[in-house]
Amino acid sequence: MRSVVDRFVSWVGPEIAGPGAAFIAVMIFFSIGSPQFLTGATFGSVAFQLPELGLLTLAMLLPILTGGLNLAITFTANIAGLTVAWVLQQNGGADAGPVAFLLGSLLAIGVGAASGLIMGLVIAYTKAHPILVSLSMMIFLRGLGEFLTRGGDVSGFPAFLQPIGHGSILGLPIPLLILIACVLIWHVLLTRTKLGFGTYMIGSNIEAARYSGINTRKVLVLVYMLSGAMCAIAGIIMLARFNSVRVGHGESYLLITVLACFLGGVNPFGGFGRVIPVFLALVVLQLLSSGLNLMGANQHLATAVWGILLISVMLLRWMSSHFKIFKRKKG
Amino acid sequence: MTDPSGEKADARALLSLRNINMTFGGVKALKNVSFDVMPGEVHCLAGENGSGKSTLIKIITGVYRPASGAVIDYDGQTYSHMSPVTAQNGGIQVIWQDLALFPEMTVAENIAFQTLLGRWPRFVNYGRMRETAIRALKRLGVTLDVDLPLKEFPIAQRQIVAIARALVGEAKIVFMDEPTASLTQSETDHLLDIVRTLSASGVAVVFVSHRLAEVLEISSRLTVLRDGGLVGVYSTEGMTQSRITELMTGRTFDQHVRAQPKDANPVVLEVKNLTRPGQFEDVSFTVRRGETLGITGLLGAGRTELALSLFGMLKPHSGEVVLDGKPVRFSTNREAIEAGVAYLSEDRLSLGLIQPQSIADNLVIASLDGIRTNGLLSDERKRQLVAQWVADLGVKIGKQSDAISTLSGAISSASQSPNGWRPIRNF
Repeated sequence: MRSVVDRFVSWVGPEIAGPGAAFIAVMIFFSIGSPQFLTGATFGSVAFQLPELGLLTLAMLLPILTGGLNLAITFTANIAGLTVAWVLQQNGGADAGPVAFLLGSLLAIGVGAASGLIMGLVIAYTKAHPILVSLSMMIFLRGLGEFLTRGGDVSGFPAFLQPIGHGSILGLPIPLLILIACVLIWHVLLTRTKLGFGTYMIGSNIEAARYSGINTRKVLVLVYMLSGAMCAIAGIIMLARFNSVRVGHGESYLLITVLACFLGGVNPFGGFGRVIPVFLALVVLQLLSSGLNLMGANQHLATAVWGILLISVMLLRWMSSHFKIFKRKKG
Repeated sequence: MTDPSGEKADARALLSLRNINMTFGGVKALKNVSFDVMPGEVHCLAGENGSGKSTLIKIITGVYRPASGAVIDYDGQTYSHMSPVTAQNGGIQVIWQDLALFPEMTVAENIAFQTLLGRWPRFVNYGRMRETAIRALKRLGVTLDVDLPLKEFPIAQRQIVAIARALVGEAKIVFMDEPTASLTQSETDHLLDIVRTLSASGVAVVFVSHRLAEVLEISSRLTVLRDGGLVGVYSTEGMTQSRITELMTGRTFDQHVRAQPKDANPVVLEVKNLTRPGQFEDVSFTVRRGETLGITGLLGAGRTELALSLFGMLKPHSGEVVLDGKPVRFSTNREAIEAGVAYLSEDRLSLGLIQPQSIADNLVIASLDGIRTNGLLSDERKRQLVAQWVADLGVKIGKQSDAISTLSGAISSASQSPNGWRPIRNF
C-alpha cells in the first residue's frame, strides 16, 4: 500500500499534498453544508467552467517554472479567438464549414505562438524582466484587439461550434476532455522531455544551466511560444462556449491563474512545481465557487473565499515546514 | 586520547567539545568527535573531503544540533548544543567560503551593520558605522576605501572585509572555511599575516584548509578528522606534509612521486596561437591523453577566458583548436560537451551547480541524451546512471532526490563533472 502511494506521489510530485488536503477539506465541508453538493449537477457545472481557467493556468505555469510570468495570457486568448472569428467570417460567417474552423484554429494557435515567440526572444536575448515584457505584450494585444473590434462583440458563428463548447462525449464535457489532454501533454513535456528538464533548471539558476550546456535561450523562447499556443486553445474554447469573442473576456482570470499555480505547490521563484497538483488545485477552486453558489452565497463572495483559501494555504505550508507535521519520517 | 597534553590543556580551553555525533539521512557525518581550541591559538582543522570539517563548524556555530549526549564548553559555560544567537553573542564568528557579504553595500556597511541591530534609536548612524569599519580594518593593518560598494573589490579584499566584520562582532574565535581557496600566492601570504595579527591580539583562529603548506606555516596545533571520526590532535612542530596526508587518508603516500610523463600518449588537444584581444594573445600548447595541464596566472590574466574559449562559451578571435586530430570551432558549449570537453567553473555555488535541484538532476544535466528511451527521458535510466556514477566516484550521498546543496563543498565539486558518462577532459 505504502509503495503504491509512494509511486503515485513520485509520479505526480510531492506538491500534491497541499491541494490534496484542500480538495478533501472542500469535499467534506460542502457535503455536510449542502445536500445538493454531491450530485451530478455540481460536477457538471464544475466540468464546464474549469477548462478556460485550466488552459490559461497551463499557459501561465511554464513561464512561472522558468522564474518568469506571462501577463499577456488572457489577451493572447482573445486575439486567438478573433483570429478564428476572422477566418470564419471570411468564409461565410454562420455558413462557414468545419475546414474553415480548423484552418482558423491552426492560424489562431500560430498567432498565439507568435506572441509568445516575440516575448520569448525579447526575454531570452535582452534579459529584460518577463513581467515588463509580457505586460507590454498584454497592452499591445489589448489595444490591437480593441482597435479591431471597436470594443464590441464579434459573433455569428456556425452551429457546429456549439458542441465544442457545450457537448459531451461519454458524459464528459468536450472542453474538459481538451483540458485533460492538455494537462497530460504538459505533464509529459515537463517530466519526460529535455525542454521540461531545462525549464526547471533555468527556473533555479539560469547561468548554471547555461554553463551545464542547456541552450537557455532556446528553452525560454519555446516556453513562451508554448504558453502562447496554450492561450490560443483557451481562446478557441472560450469562443465556442460563449459563441462570441470580446476583447477583455476572461481578463479576471489572469491573476487567478497565478494563484492556482501557487496553490498547486509551484515555487513562485521558479524551478519547482508539477502539473497534476496544479490541476487538482484548479478543481478545488472551482468546487469552492460552485459549492458556495449552491449554498446561496453571492458570486463575488466566492472570489473573496478564494483569496482566503490561498492565504490559508500559504500559512499551512509555512506551518508544515516549520513544525514538520506533514513530513513523513525518512526510512 | 591521542593528544598527550589533552588533559591539562582542558582546563584553559576557550572552546571544548566532547561526544559530538551527527547523522544525515542515514550517513554518519560525525562519530564521537572531540575538539579543543585554546585562546589566541591558530588551530588547523584538517581532513579529506567529506570528513566532517564543515559539519563540525556548523555544530559549533549552532547551524546544526548534534545528537544528544554532546557537551560543548565555551568560555566558561556548558551547552548541549549551540544556537546561532548564543554563538554570535559569545563571539564565535565564521568566515564562510562564500563570505556571506552584501556586494551592493559599501565596505563600511558590510563591516558594521551588525552593530546597528537591535539598538535604540533605530536610525542608521553612518558616521559611527564608518568609524567602526575603519577601526576594524586598522586592527588588521589594512586600508580600504570604506565608502565604495563591496562589489568593486576583488575576492581577496572581500575576505578581509569579512574578517573585519568578525572583529566588529567582538570575536573571541574565528573559523575560516577554506579561506585561501580562491586566492593567489601573494594574497594568501597577506591573509596569513592578518591571521597572525589576529592571533597576536588574543583571537583564536581555526583554519580549515586543504593546502598543507599553509597549515604547517600558520598553525600551532592540528586536529585531523577522517570519515567523521577524530584521528587525533597534534602539534605542528616537526610535522611534515606527508605525515598529515597520511593521517588524513589513513594511507601512506610518497609526496615525491610526480605524474608519469605521458609523452608516448597521443595528443588529445592542441591549441595554436589562440587569441582573444585584450584577454589572451597567441596561446599555444598541447595536452596528451592522461595528462593534467595547469594553466596559471594572476586574476585577470585570461585563465578563465582561455578555458571558456576552449569550452565554446567565448569565441576566440584567431588561432586554432585541434581536438582528437580534428580542428574544432565550437559556437556553443553544447557542441563542446558533445565533443567530450567539460568545464568545471571556479564559481561552483552560482555557476557550477543548480543548488536547489536534486543531486540526480545536477548529475545528468549535461548528458540528457544518455537517459533517453524512445525519445523521452527515463527516470529509471536516470536512477541507474546516477547510482553508477556515485559508485564510480566513491562518494557518500543521501538520497538521489535530495537537493545538491545538502552535500559538502568538496563532494558537490565532484558532482559538477558535466559529462560523467564520458572520459572527462579537464582544463
